[in-house]
Amino acid sequence: MRDHSSVIPLLKTIGPFNEVADDYNYQSAWDRLSTSKILVIGAGGLGCEILKNLALTGFKNIHVIDMDTIDLSNLNRQFLFRHKDIGKSKSEIAANFIKQRIGEDNINIIPFFGKIQDKSIEFYSQFDLVISGLDSIEARRWINATLVNLSSSNNKIIPLIDGGTEGFRGQSRVIIPSFTSCFECTLDLMSQKITYPVCTIANTPRLPEHCIEWAHLIQWNIEFGSTKKFDADIPQHIQWMYETALNRAKIFKIEGVTKQLTLGVCKNIIPAIASTNSIIAASCCNEAFKLLTDSNPYLNNYMSYSGDYSIYTYTFENNKRSNCSVCGSLPKKIYVESYKTLQQFIEDIKDKQEIQIKNPSISSISGPLYMSSPTELQKITKNNLSKKLNKLISNGDEIVITDVNLPISLRLIVYFTSDEKDPELN
Amino acid sequence: MLKIRQLQKKRQEEEEEAAKSQSPTPTRDSTPVNKNSKVSAAQLRIQKDITELDLPPSIKLTFPQPSSLFEFDLKLIPNSGYYKNGKFQFKCEINSNFPIEPPKIKCLNKIYHPNIDLQGNICLNILREDWSPVLSLNSIFIGLNFLFLEPNPNDPLNKEAANCLVKDKKQFEKNVNNSMKGGYIDGVYYDRVI
Repeated sequence: MRDHSSVIPLLKTIGPFNEVADDYNYQSAWDRLSTSKILVIGAGGLGCEILKNLALTGFKNIHVIDMDTIDLSNLNRQFLFRHKDIGKSKSEIAANFIKQRIGEDNINIIPFFGKIQDKSIEFYSQFDLVISGLDSIEARRWINATLVNLSSSNNKIIPLIDGGTEGFRGQSRVIIPSFTSCFECTLDLMSQKITYPVCTIANTPRLPEHCIEWAHLIQWNIEFGSTKKFDADIPQHIQWMYETALNRAKIFKIEGVTKQLTLGVCKNIIPAIASTNSIIAASCCNEAFKLLTDSNPYLNNYMSYSGDYSIYTYTFENNKRSNCSVCGSLPKKIYVESYKTLQQFIEDIKDKQEIQIKNPSISSISGPLYMSSPTELQKITKNNLSKKLNKLISNGDEIVITDVNLPISLRLIVYFTSDEKDPELN
Repeated sequence: MLKIRQLQKKRQEEEEEAAKSQSPTPTRDSTPVNKNSKVSAAQLRIQKDITELDLPPSIKLTFPQPSSLFEFDLKLIPNSGYYKNGKFQFKCEINSNFPIEPPKIKCLNKIYHPNIDLQGNICLNILREDWSPVLSLNSIFIGLNFLFLEPNPNDPLNKEAANCLVKDKKQFEKNVNNSMKGGYIDGVYYDRVI
């Protein structure tokens, strides 16, 4: 038996701030530890900490996804991995380690070695909670959009706890799809990748980074053309990059071009700090515990942490953005008679008063169906107008409607009804 | 999760209230949504940006692959300035991380311009260091247009061209004219664009 003496008092006492005190009950809160299904995305710096925290808190059903393999440079902070594991899947090794440490009978932890995009909507809908410790904005946007869509299409609310670190700084946030602001709402606030003006790189370098970017962005193409793509994982490529940058640095009397910096600039590496990861992961797992057991109020909804100039944290509520392209307009269902052409469909949409559009452009996942502007696209796509809508898209496909009068993108999920014939033609 | 269920219940009640006050609509059972039918966030944004384009007559877009809005060509014919009546071709590529990452724009002609190098790289601040997701495709095209009306010798990529523009505007104008007809300037051949 495992020792839960540290968790039980937290669950047994109903705290003064408990928001659901009337419905709260110790037994069901306790049961949530073993019944809740949690998905952890990312088994890297944050992921290792998150998995360790969840397992030691007593959660028993955990899935973990990561597409990466273990690298030598991970070992200083990704403590579930050992030297012998280099080259193996992060998620699989992490799951095995946790299983061995906790005991196979006490935890059910299932790894998946692959991309999050490879899993179906049904896979994601089985979870009670998702925690992400990712370094990629693209993957975060994807899981955010997937969970927001689940909240509208299946009415299934799966909270997303997102942790992120960059050097000494980090943040954790709680996203309750369709209720709180989502990841996409605050995309404008993301810090940009560091870039340097091309003209500075080309003519007036002052920093070692300028020399490396010159080799990387300009000289590589002149030397090898577009046929040979630069790959930062090939040692010879990095060596060439380093030597080219070093020569340039000598000409401009700039010091500090090293092989490590070359690798850092080309791969856009930001050094990871182990303790930042533990702080942020701890916050994420506390929120998971509170959300799932209802023992205390959860974070509303963003905590930023900064440890580079002394220590500072700030918690605030990020507002929902009304014109957010993911959660601003949740897709609505629309039923369309099977005989309708794209043109007829557009006329119908224009007639709908609540939508208020005059000259819509429409696209689906496979590309534009009809674009009212610019002229060039209008010419290409106008042939689609006479085609039947059910020949252009399939049942259940999402379409997006934009219009200059529309501040948002309108998303509709189209279902076809069985009316095959146009009654007006009879 | 009790709290979330309470929130959901409250919203459902509000929606039912709202539905009651409106005329009743027929309900049908929902069919499950197939998994890969969602439009990506980047595509949503590109479509929005393209719908809202308001371009000067000097810029024309062409879409060699009508099934994708992620790649297209741009033709710029300045109606005044040094580059008047030249036909400049550009390729615009947008990746799935848009609008976090700016579009990649390259000039397909080898041209004599202080801010464009011989490989077609363009030095325009909003294409790189000053790009921000609040900017739109329109702002980039307007910026590109401006670069041909007012070449900027202070931020050169083609140093010779920039120096010439600073020292001798008449000579620069002559060089531009000669280069646009397809010819050598300082030993470098430039493409015919007129």
